[in-house]
Amino acid sequence: MSLLVCKNLSFAYDGMTVVHNLNFKVEQGDYLCIVGENGAGKSTLIKGLLQLKKPSAGSITMGEGLKASEIGYLPQQTQIQKDFPASVREVVMSGFLGAHGLSPFYSASEKEEAMRHMEALEITDLSRRCYRDLSGGQQQRVLLARALCATRKLILLDEPASGLDPVVTRSLYDVVERINKKTGITVIMVSHDIPAAMEYASKILHLGSDRQLYFGSMDNYRHSAAYHSFLGGSAVHIWKHDGKLRSPQKKEQAGD
Amino acid sequence: MFSLIIEMFSYPFMVRALLAGSLIALCASLLGVSLVLKRYSMIGDGLSHVGFGALAVATAMNAAPLAVAIPVVVLAAFGLLRLNENSKIKGDAAIALISSGSLAIGVTVISMTTGMNTDVYNYLFGSILSMSQQDVTLTAILSLVVLALFIFFYHRIFAVTFDETFARATGMNAGLYNILIALLTALVIVVGMRMMGSLLISSLIVFPAMTAMRLCRTFLSVILHAACISVGCLLVGITISYLYATPTGASIVLCNIAVFLVYSLIGLVRDRN
Repeated sequence: MSLLVCKNLSFAYDGMTVVHNLNFKVEQGDYLCIVGENGAGKSTLIKGLLQLKKPSAGSITMGEGLKASEIGYLPQQTQIQKDFPASVREVVMSGFLGAHGLSPFYSASEKEEAMRHMEALEITDLSRRCYRDLSGGQQQRVLLARALCATRKLILLDEPASGLDPVVTRSLYDVVERINKKTGITVIMVSHDIPAAMEYASKILHLGSDRQLYFGSMDNYRHSAAYHSFLGGSAVHIWKHDGKLRSPQKKEQAGD
Repeated sequence: MFSLIIEMFSYPFMVRALLAGSLIALCASLLGVSLVLKRYSMIGDGLSHVGFGALAVATAMNAAPLAVAIPVVVLAAFGLLRLNENSKIKGDAAIALISSGSLAIGVTVISMTTGMNTDVYNYLFGSILSMSQQDVTLTAILSLVVLALFIFFYHRIFAVTFDETFARATGMNAGLYNILIALLTALVIVVGMRMMGSLLISSLIVFPAMTAMRLCRTFLSVILHAACISVGCLLVGITISYLYATPTGASIVLCNIAVFLVYSLIGLVRDRN
């Protein structure tokens, strides 16, 4: 059984459909990249997968005993977090709360598991540091460790590389790949960065502004019309633009 | 020094003020950390103005002040929270509308009935004599509830404050915690307002949290520092007020300003090194 099956899935705001008729499947262990231009409804789709927004049509079916609240989510950073006084440990541990039950304290096994995730992400030595004093790449690793605490099956990353420089971006992608390969945790990543998506992902979902342009394996994507139209047309432009203008883009995202 | 303390405690109204004041200061500082971090600092200010309006109306109608003020302020708290979430009037503008609006209603009602007198002055700037035995009991019960809820939900309050989207995504009822915080804030404000004054009560919410954040780098240490600063400033402020006959609320706020400056200075020096 598939981990996640979306059938004829659409989302709308005030009657305006922003995500049109999606059909895709995620199997356990997959690495799915969701790509598409701004306004193609990527963020809305994420809200839908997390069951924070109801579909206007179609269905999302979760298999393998997965619940929406057990998805390890790495959201985009908010303005509030940038000056938030919290230790790395406090942030990572908060990943457990969704499934935590009523006790006001964390259990020993939760503490152990948090340590394990922090080790895997190479942030153990930061555990007592203040979150706001860390670099952008370190902060993303902390949030990734928190996401791992919230799940055993699936992590969902929303533009994890936005605002990071190329070297840090690469090491973050490598960490995600290692998690996917080593632990078998399924990865769904929303990304602007098509070249990186093509390098790491096993499957691609390409959203257009009014329909789904492609869903399938990475290998077939190279030969697809969606990829070639992207390459030939605006894609290269968008990619370069993205590469150059990282810091203004970061501000823009922080503002909303 | 020692005789001074004994002398202070020999007056029942001072004991009541110190006791109830410390509890209010403690609760306000705990809630304040979450409110300040969520950028809701002005809610306290807005609610205290609503409280003033409600007190004025209650006096005019000869009703029990708290019986009128508590439900009105709680309703206003829910209203402000809803406005913050989904509305065309944005949060800060809504608070400005509501606080100046209720102040206007309060002043009009007062001038049409009793006229500007000492009572009104006390509502605005607080009075150390305002705490009755009944108020102290109410404050104690309320504070215990706030403390218990805060300790029990401590980790969840942290999670919802730090990242509401993530909290919602992992199945936490973030809306419920927001309502809880707004409700408790409303109660603390109504109870503390008559001692601190409706113009000054919001400082109990904002100052300790802001001061603690100058130096502290973990959520837990911010909470602990804020709580100690808040209670400490209240005790010192009331003592000063007793010794020099200064207004109670204002003295407490001045203590808070002093500690804020000291913390800021230490923070600056530390960051330089």
